[in-house]
Amino acid sequence: MKTIKIIGLIIFLTGMAIWTGALFMGEFSLTQEQLDSFIEEKGIKSELLAKTLEEEVVGETFGTFGFSSAIRGALTDNNVYYDEQIAKYDAAKEWDKKGAQYQYRINNGDFQAFTFNLAKKAGTGFVRENPGLMWILTFGLGILGALMFIFPNLVLLGQPGIKNDHIYHNSATNRGWIAWLVLIYLVAFYLVLYFYSDYVVNWTFILDPISRALNGGDASQWFVYGFMYCVIMITMAVRMYIKYRHNKYQIVRTTSVLFFQIVFAFLIPEIMSSLGKPGYDFKNAFPLDYDFFFEWNLNTLTASGGLGIFILVWGIVLTLVIVPVMVYFFGKRWYCSWVCGCGGLAETLGDPYRQHSNKTMKAWKLERWLIHSVLVFSLVMTLVTLYCYFTGAQAFLGINTNWIKDTYSFLIGAWFAGVIGTGFYPIFGNRVWCRFGCPLAAYLGFVQRFKSRFRITTNGGQCISCGNCSTYCEQGIDVRAYAQKGENIVRSSCVGCGICSAVCPRGVLKLENGPEKGRINPTQVLLGNDVDLMDYVNNEQHSA
Amino acid sequence: MQEHIVIIGNGISGVTTARHIRKASDKKITIISSETDYFFSRTALMYVYMGHMKYEHTKPYEDYFWKKNRIDLKRAFVKNVDHQNKQLHLSGGEQMSYDKLVLAVGSKPNKFGWPGENLNGVQGLYSKQDLDLLEKNAPNNETCKRAVVVGGGLIGIEMVEMLLTRDIPVTFLVREHSFWNSVLPEGESAMLNRHIKSHHVDLRLGVNLESIQGDAQGNVTSIIIKETGEEIACDVVGLTAGVTPNVDFLKNSGIGIGRGVKVNPMLETNIKDIYAIGDCAEQHEGINGRRPIEAVWYTGRMMGEALAQTLTGNPTPYNPGHWFNSAKFMDIEYQTYGWVFAKPKAGNTHFHWIHKDDDKCITIEMEETSRTFLGINNFDIRLRHELLDKWLTEGRSTDYVLEHLKDANFDPEFYKHYESEILEAYNKAYGTSIVPKKKSWKRIFA
Repeated sequence: MKTIKIIGLIIFLTGMAIWTGALFMGEFSLTQEQLDSFIEEKGIKSELLAKTLEEEVVGETFGTFGFSSAIRGALTDNNVYYDEQIAKYDAAKEWDKKGAQYQYRINNGDFQAFTFNLAKKAGTGFVRENPGLMWILTFGLGILGALMFIFPNLVLLGQPGIKNDHIYHNSATNRGWIAWLVLIYLVAFYLVLYFYSDYVVNWTFILDPISRALNGGDASQWFVYGFMYCVIMITMAVRMYIKYRHNKYQIVRTTSVLFFQIVFAFLIPEIMSSLGKPGYDFKNAFPLDYDFFFEWNLNTLTASGGLGIFILVWGIVLTLVIVPVMVYFFGKRWYCSWVCGCGGLAETLGDPYRQHSNKTMKAWKLERWLIHSVLVFSLVMTLVTLYCYFTGAQAFLGINTNWIKDTYSFLIGAWFAGVIGTGFYPIFGNRVWCRFGCPLAAYLGFVQRFKSRFRITTNGGQCISCGNCSTYCEQGIDVRAYAQKGENIVRSSCVGCGICSAVCPRGVLKLENGPEKGRINPTQVLLGNDVDLMDYVNNEQHSA
Repeated sequence: MQEHIVIIGNGISGVTTARHIRKASDKKITIISSETDYFFSRTALMYVYMGHMKYEHTKPYEDYFWKKNRIDLKRAFVKNVDHQNKQLHLSGGEQMSYDKLVLAVGSKPNKFGWPGENLNGVQGLYSKQDLDLLEKNAPNNETCKRAVVVGGGLIGIEMVEMLLTRDIPVTFLVREHSFWNSVLPEGESAMLNRHIKSHHVDLRLGVNLESIQGDAQGNVTSIIIKETGEEIACDVVGLTAGVTPNVDFLKNSGIGIGRGVKVNPMLETNIKDIYAIGDCAEQHEGINGRRPIEAVWYTGRMMGEALAQTLTGNPTPYNPGHWFNSAKFMDIEYQTYGWVFAKPKAGNTHFHWIHKDDDKCITIEMEETSRTFLGINNFDIRLRHELLDKWLTEGRSTDYVLEHLKDANFDPEFYKHYESEILEAYNKAYGTSIVPKKKSWKRIFA
């Protein structure tokens, strides 16, 4: 069995190596026709840029990075030239001429897409010509290897039950060198995905056939990401099913996040776009879905008829009615660990790292500051955006709408939710984003804390303070601090993953939706001791 | 000048006392321990060896907690108690005076004078030092090719489980003819025998340790079984045949000692201003049918809660409510509420139900004629403490308990429920026709 695991690991790593290596494969040579059609498609007005690209790129052959830097270089040169023109006309006070120069500039934020789209046209070579084979060598080997690594656990883990043996003896799960390598790989992946997607054009070639079959178009980097996301979640869900096969709550919950990811986050949006409709993830609630009220989205939705209006209404009802009502009945777990995509990845890919969340009081303080700041940030951004949308103004309360949207997208959307949120799994645990950053989680947390039937019930005096619950709480809640006091756990950050209850060796914790009365029950003396003493002490406390 | 309360021992009893004294008063509190700097959960040591946790995780309070709550921690070994001058003599020649002294010094593993019991590789599993020693003695199955665990109690089976995680073959010597059957009824004990064996443990029932053999360097090489004379080669011997109060250092102090420190229900020793709690305390007579010495986490905590009241001006005897306990036998969880004896007490009877998968069962002890519910052992089915405690107080009948068993279920959501199956077996056994009631929050909180 161990041999199968090792072979699986080797196959998996081979797949990963080919996947990574694919970025360096193939050649990019842009033809004149491709350039012309691109310039026409995109309505690019700068002849200077067209000329530079013609002279420096067309007919030449580049590698992935060479191609990117050639295009990005041409774009920079173009902007430098027109910035000089602008400065010149500005000095000369020739306002009309100055104003005319802007149309020739390319927004710095568009460099990535510009380069990506050209690379998508210009790419040639083995990867592009053999997407099927490459799929097998990358996804195929990765999945096969991972499953070969996972399935022997059915035997190796022994009888069903909590098997956390050697988690703290293993470099991968005890912040050892393997964990750091995984962190570096994940962080690099997210940086490239968000900021240098032109480097990953070869990956998109591998998935072009699947993308065309689903939505009729070629794969973008986001298609690659979405597809990978599903594949990783499915594979790691198999791991969850085996590890927690004795625990029906975990099995049902894992199935639920998997379903919502594959069907709602991936398939439905793809199918919608294949039908020429806006691709919308019906479960993605504002403000996690922070660009829901962005101008482009509102325009798209209002322009796509009945369906668009339905989505608009649905999105608002989801956030204002469905989300809080469900949290009242079931706690925020219904969203965070049953439905949400971020939660889904955290509960599958992230499960081996759940023990790394920081349980100190300091971390809790930081958490409260940070997550509520992000919530405020997202609300202010939305307010500004909506004001500007309806009035046509550029700014509200002195805040420029484009600036705040870009800042949020960059800081929160890309860095916090992606690079840090997922990239840091192996060292800081699997819920960094959900705990410290997610504005939706902050909102759900308020409801859960103040108006909900959900709690984790502590079983009288049975706690032995062993600390398994706190250790394995992915949200960094010191569960034991409550359990050993006989107090129910009512915390805004709890996502109800149920692992504390699963790892408890003495049957102390149970996730429950019960009456609100008595939900928060601080006690002094625990159940089991003299009843009069309990009355005395607890009355004392009430009267104090 | 605030009264100075010195607590010897930073386990659950001592620490609970200190915390509750602080809640109710401003007294000066010092906890002395020779074991560790900070309080940790002894019951969690096994998880450190198994790699579920790091030692840091076993500490229930962050290190700043003690300073913030003005509980002074002193790392020292108390050599002697001089009660006449209210002085403690610490290792290193230091002295400390006290106004009130709390002895919460816990236990140590039993040794019965076995030949070779002090060889290298022979150890108990109680303290942090024992954990460190086990890590040294049995880091893997190359250094430790086989281990023998002697003594079929709760620590014994934990030690077996620990060693198995390092792929070390284990021979488990149990004196009784069935595992822990001095406490558990036959059906449960038998189920656990099968469970232990299913983990490939070499379980030997009804055997005693004759001697432990060593080599010239003083290292363990084998053990010999008394009944059969069989020699079993091994590198580690775990001695887990119960624990004894750790009171040797008090022998000539004038404090009354039996097996443990003798106390009355107020947890007072024979010397004024000296108290004893937890594993080391021995009641003159067991309270509410309990044993005079209760070496259990929960009772240690409860004594600490009671004593802290006394020390802060609210004299309170240790008066535990209904007995409860819990444990985990490898993959099978165990809870108990009320009294279930290995053999039903006179006038009582047992109702036993076991699931066909052989991993879940319950036993209820009740009065034979009235069928009054006296206690329940539940294996791999979690039950709600508060409700069982209430039913015991109310003196409910077993009929009532089983009728409302769904209220008491504490298993995670979506788990399969067995109340109907249990009730069916009960109806059959007692000719009743009870129908299970649906779970009701109203009753749970009534």
